[in-house]
Amino acid sequence: MAWTRKVLRVNLTEGSLQEEPLNMEWANDYLGQRGLATKYLVEEIDPKCDALGPDNKMIMTTGPLTGTMAATGGRYSVVTKSPLTGAIACSNSGGFIGNEIKSAGWDMVIFEGKSPSPVYLYLEDDNAQLLPADDLWGKSVWEADELIHTKHQDPLIRIAAIGRSAEQGCLYAAIVNDLHRAAGRSGVGTVMASKNLKAVAARGTKGVGNIENPAEFFKATQEGKKVLAENAVTGEGLPSMGTQVLMNVINEVGAMPTRNMREVQFEGAGKISAEAMHEPRDNDGKPNLTTNGACFGCTIACGRISTIDQGHFTVENKPQYWGNSGGLEYEAAWALGSDCGVDDLDACTYANFLCNEDGYDPISFGSTVAAAMELYEAGAITKEHTDGIDFSFGSAEALAKAAEWVSTGEGFGKDLGLGSKRLCEKYGHPEFSMTVKGQEFPAYDPRGIQGIGLAYATSNRGACHLRGYTIASEILGIPEKTDPLETEGKAELVKAFQDATAAVDSTGLCVFTTFAWTLEDIAPQVNAACEGDWSADKMLEVGERIWNMERDFNMAAGLTGKDDTLPKRLTKDMAANSGPAEGKVNNLAEMLPKYYEVRGWTPDGVPTDETRQRLGL
Amino acid sequence: MLRSLQIEPEKCTGCLQCEMACSYHAEGVFNTAKSRIKVFTFHEEGRFVPYTCTQCSEAWCMHACPVEAIVINETTGAKEVIDDICVGCKVCTIACPFGTINYNTETKVTYKCDLCGGDPECAKACPTQAITYVDSDHGGLERMRAHAAQNLPQEGA
Amino acid sequence: MKHVVIGAGPAGVIAAETLRKVDPSSNVIIVGDEPEPPYSRMALPYYLIERINEQGTYLRKDSSHFSSQNIDVIRDRVSEIDTKSKSLKLDNNDSILFDKLLLATGSHPIRPPIEGMDLPGIHSCWTLEDGRNIIKRAKPGANVVLMGAGFIGCIILEALAARDVNLTVIEMGDRMVPRMMDQTAGNLIKDWCQKKGVNVHTSTRIEAIEQGSGDALKVRLDNGEKLDADLVISATGVAANTQLLEGTGIETDFGVLVNNRLQTSHPDIFAAGDVCQGKDFSTGEYSVQAIQPTAADHGRIAAMNMVGKDTIHQGSVNMNVLDTMGLISSSYGLWMGVDGGESTNLIDNERFRYLSLQFEDDILVGAQSLGLTQHVGVLRGLIQTKLKLGKWKEHLIKDPTRIMEAYLANTQAIGHNAQVL
Repeated sequence: MAWTRKVLRVNLTEGSLQEEPLNMEWANDYLGQRGLATKYLVEEIDPKCDALGPDNKMIMTTGPLTGTMAATGGRYSVVTKSPLTGAIACSNSGGFIGNEIKSAGWDMVIFEGKSPSPVYLYLEDDNAQLLPADDLWGKSVWEADELIHTKHQDPLIRIAAIGRSAEQGCLYAAIVNDLHRAAGRSGVGTVMASKNLKAVAARGTKGVGNIENPAEFFKATQEGKKVLAENAVTGEGLPSMGTQVLMNVINEVGAMPTRNMREVQFEGAGKISAEAMHEPRDNDGKPNLTTNGACFGCTIACGRISTIDQGHFTVENKPQYWGNSGGLEYEAAWALGSDCGVDDLDACTYANFLCNEDGYDPISFGSTVAAAMELYEAGAITKEHTDGIDFSFGSAEALAKAAEWVSTGEGFGKDLGLGSKRLCEKYGHPEFSMTVKGQEFPAYDPRGIQGIGLAYATSNRGACHLRGYTIASEILGIPEKTDPLETEGKAELVKAFQDATAAVDSTGLCVFTTFAWTLEDIAPQVNAACEGDWSADKMLEVGERIWNMERDFNMAAGLTGKDDTLPKRLTKDMAANSGPAEGKVNNLAEMLPKYYEVRGWTPDGVPTDETRQRLGL
Repeated sequence: MLRSLQIEPEKCTGCLQCEMACSYHAEGVFNTAKSRIKVFTFHEEGRFVPYTCTQCSEAWCMHACPVEAIVINETTGAKEVIDDICVGCKVCTIACPFGTINYNTETKVTYKCDLCGGDPECAKACPTQAITYVDSDHGGLERMRAHAAQNLPQEGA
Repeated sequence: MKHVVIGAGPAGVIAAETLRKVDPSSNVIIVGDEPEPPYSRMALPYYLIERINEQGTYLRKDSSHFSSQNIDVIRDRVSEIDTKSKSLKLDNNDSILFDKLLLATGSHPIRPPIEGMDLPGIHSCWTLEDGRNIIKRAKPGANVVLMGAGFIGCIILEALAARDVNLTVIEMGDRMVPRMMDQTAGNLIKDWCQKKGVNVHTSTRIEAIEQGSGDALKVRLDNGEKLDADLVISATGVAANTQLLEGTGIETDFGVLVNNRLQTSHPDIFAAGDVCQGKDFSTGEYSVQAIQPTAADHGRIAAMNMVGKDTIHQGSVNMNVLDTMGLISSSYGLWMGVDGGESTNLIDNERFRYLSLQFEDDILVGAQSLGLTQHVGVLRGLIQTKLKLGKWKEHLIKDPTRIMEAYLANTQAIGHNAQVL
């Protein structure tokens, strides 16, 4: 089983809560979490609905392995229609609340409508209530977290909340749980705010049981943990360096997008890398990194727990930022650092703290600031906009200020909260926006890594590395090495990664396990936990079904094959200016038709009837 | 030679595998709310501290029990709650100065670490060896005990 | 060496066992005046709800426990103590000589000076015999009046409610458990009971009890109200059993006076448990606590001193844990606070949760909790170790639920973190 088989439906307009059985037929076809919740969403909402209107729904969902001893089995996802992209949004987070919701007895919570006034959902096992949140509105995630804990007098309540940025309409607002883990991408926090839902607070004491075959499950999860422990990335690299282990690697291969992706290598990478986080500071002798912290059930523990130098200009006289909190992961370090040309580790850490404190995606935020810096250098934005602050690339002050503004929606924060695409359009330079389908790029340059360009272009939620992490193969050689500068074979590679990832995202496990695990490692764990027959082949089929279902939703929402594209800067206008990829652009046009073909889609990128039939869509 | 749980918090990442292993062994479900070992998080300081019963020789819980429901397992040295005898009076829960014996409002008896009969699941589940099961005269354990018991009056000894 | 213990409650039994352990060659005798094997009053409520049988109340489950430990248990009442000849006289006229004597005679329920207290149908809830009588009368639908909402009154509430009786509680204090909890907590417990269908009258006295028709009683309250009762349970408090000591020269006050070795004014006679006016850890004063953990402390320490192993009693923390129809409360030490101290509390009326901490400087000196079942013992640890909380006092004032963290941060070897916490 592993599922609790219970869904909580929360009608925010009515203020009513209702329990319903999980659709097990769908569970058999879509497994859980990303797949299953997306199935619910596409069945229940009009794809053309206003993402920030009451007709959109937001689903918080766990997977069948969430809350079990399977390594990394603590994930949950938020599935909704994105206000940033207008496409499907599925943002995945770790931390502890996923287990807590499941332990309280719920596989997923479906939010619909819009509350007339601010509320938060309190789940204590079967006892689910909507409670007033008027006093929480206008508060940061961290403040709301503290207020809810104090109110319920229970330190073990786990909380996911939105911050002020979401309330102010920032289009890339995140839902932050456990203070510094986030369902970060695609503006899922903005949707939550549009529903007047401030937080979800959960306390589960029922636990997760119903393991179909416990003996097999312990055997499979034990073997899985062993594989993770013995793998160089999950056993050594991630625990000691975090995802930041990639900073120097990616910079060396010339795929480190720099200064709004005008360049592909960052001269300051060494100052904001994992290694730099280990270096004792001059001021207090302590390194930026205090320790690594794990999400629920994770035997890798890539999370960074960091402090900022108390003497740094960003936190002088602000003791509230002197303690430990979530430190820089690679994507954040890149977006806040390299993409803005900022090599000040403390400033990046500060901006990262603020992203967590007020709930917004550091990737989209950093990229948007990078776009603003380019607009500033082009004269489209002036000091009048920036409160007199020099917004040139490399300005740590600009980065810190930008974060403070986006946190509260004050000053230029409203414009920065639009995201790169809308900001650049507003200031007359749409070509400066480094986005796909309106979502900002992550930290791998498609000029130096061809396959990831195709993955970005075709990602169902806009530019994203987590829909098909071909970096594993193209850079790290997992499961086998492919040439990052080669386009041949990348269509098949991207499809394989996308389908497998969709399956992994539906289990309750973390996609970072796939540095070491393949579906052959994961399927036995799912199979032992769940009823039914879960082979690697079936999981791959489920993954492909999910991918096509998402694609169908996007098509119905009004997107077309024309949206499967990359900014011209990357395909034509600006070749890589240094490193192994010097002179290269991304050859998306060579890969895309082949991709549609291997997907079984028409040359316009629409799934054919035959493909739909094969997948039972 | 008796063995004991040795906890080295500096190695802990806060993943709660120990809590899941413990609760599955004791309750048959993954349920951190019912774990006998708890990981305490010091967020500001960036620290995780697993903690459970040290099977202290004073055995405050055992001495306070009015119905002899807490007994020593002679093989492991663990102080074990006999569910059938425990009446649920909770005196042990207030007597234990370490806060490591708790009352279960559903079963209406108290529960504590029993070293899983000599093969503690938490130690086996810990991915970073922050929890190990070692010979009792291990130096680190002595230090931990000394810390745990500092300032407590040494009654009856 | 001949050790004699008067009283077969927890203090007496633990003392006897300790004596046997540390002085293996001695004679150890327990004299108890109840007919059953040594049993626990703490277990009586659970006997009333029939969760356990009589045997389940026994302090030691193995019927040959005492004989196998070579401890003689004599079931008789001591009628006289001769401190000069160091001998006891029993009701059956036997005499027992002793080298060292432990007074662990316990306490008895106070009988309030109310007219009609002699009528049949009025019981305390103190002995197994009381328990049997209550079970007989507390039939489903019976009208039961509980006189006193102190610790004992509260702890048997659930047992009575479970028997489906029509229950009314009369407490003359202004709240429930006034000697254990403050106004906030006492009132929350009252609300809780009323929600569960129990009638609770606080600040109310019983003026008299009269015979009604048949077996029924009439209970007259000072507010003029009259209640029908098939059973009245008197739980208005307990007093030390010091009657036996009259004329012996052993000094008594509320209980037997002892020094910090639990030695009475007679060097060979010691006292322990409910009868003993022992040292209170928090106040440093000597008082009768009449609680199980203190009885256990006393029993062990008195025994050590009886065999000449000099052991100082640092004082016992006054503490209680109570389950009032499923609402669990506890209190510790100076829960009412100290002059010039600081306090913090959290209240959640809807969920019946309450946590109150009392500090003196940066040391926890008292606490009360409602609805807390996890890690509560650490409150005792914090109080009894007089742990200097340092900056954790401020953390606790802000968030009192972090008691375990406060304890760990100040006591654990946390490797390279040690300076940090």
